[in-house]
Amino acid sequence: MNKDSQGELWEVFVQKKSGQPFVHCGNLHAYDKEMALQNARDLYTRRGEGMSLWIVLSSSIVASSPEDAGSFFEPSNDKIYRHPTFYQIPDGIGHM
Amino acid sequence: MKDSLYNYTLRLGDTSLILAQRLSEWTGHGPFLEEDLALTNIALDIFGRAKGLLEYAAKKEGKGRTEDDLAFFRSDREFFNLLITEQPNGDYAKTMIRQSIIDCFDLLFYTELAKSKDLTLAGIASKSVKEITYHKRHSFSWVVRFGNGTEESFSRLQKGLNEIWAYSGELFEMNEDDHNLIKEGIAVDLDSLKQKWELEIKDLFEKANLVIPETLFMQQGSRKALHSEYLGYILAEMQSIPRMHPNAKW
Repeated sequence: MNKDSQGELWEVFVQKKSGQPFVHCGNLHAYDKEMALQNARDLYTRRGEGMSLWIVLSSSIVASSPEDAGSFFEPSNDKIYRHPTFYQIPDGIGHM
Repeated sequence: MKDSLYNYTLRLGDTSLILAQRLSEWTGHGPFLEEDLALTNIALDIFGRAKGLLEYAAKKEGKGRTEDDLAFFRSDREFFNLLITEQPNGDYAKTMIRQSIIDCFDLLFYTELAKSKDLTLAGIASKSVKEITYHKRHSFSWVVRFGNGTEESFSRLQKGLNEIWAYSGELFEMNEDDHNLIKEGIAVDLDSLKQKWELEIKDLFEKANLVIPETLFMQQGSRKALHSEYLGYILAEMQSIPRMHPNAKW
């Protein structure tokens, strides 16, 4: 596929409400930042999905490779003491 | 006076309706997926505005007609949309340059209409302002992009402007209905918008390296429901199904 014909690939993240995490919702092709932002708004916020948008060039994203999954993530499976489930929250604190 | 409000609202509704209908011709034919959706969204916003305005006009008419009756069962000699809205879309450059001329005007116009003493019109206007702010950003950025792109994108843009410029004068035409309603604080004095519009448009055209064509006169006629040959075809397509099945219910 000719790269010139569609622009670059951008990943789109939507934030539902202020303070919440941005969630990946899809991607799109665009030629520049302004167009990518507008297209993201047109494609991914039609149904009130959120209040804020991030767009990132897909080529800027650094991802772990599936081959590394073993060495990256398995060692933490048997270290349950890292979870905060054993801690009793005193009543006076209320909601955490 | 009651007639003036009906005529005024009808004209605004018709202009939105025909523009939305023209824009929706791009559905499925956009240059690429993202723009297809962008323009479809814009058309949908404008249809929404048309519905609100025609609904109010029907109410003001007081004959029990609905916005659907007005949209689908009037002939071209009963429509008062601005001529610029019925012109063919042409290519994307022409659609964008026409849209930039209209969006620039609409943002100024509806911002003022939001202050109208008629609360229904003011309400429709203030909702529209948010939508039009986005439409203007979209069309303006495309005009700049085409104007500074390739030789082909620029020449298509200039050609589009050459074809559409003579329809821009009609945006500022006022008749007796306008003057009656301006006195009551309901309508917008279009003369007050002209200077600002000219400044913004000239600034945009400069950024896009465009030359404003010399025109001997500006096209007009819609105030008297005198239209170009295109409106008939637009209405035939738009009205064909309701006219075939007039009592159909969704």
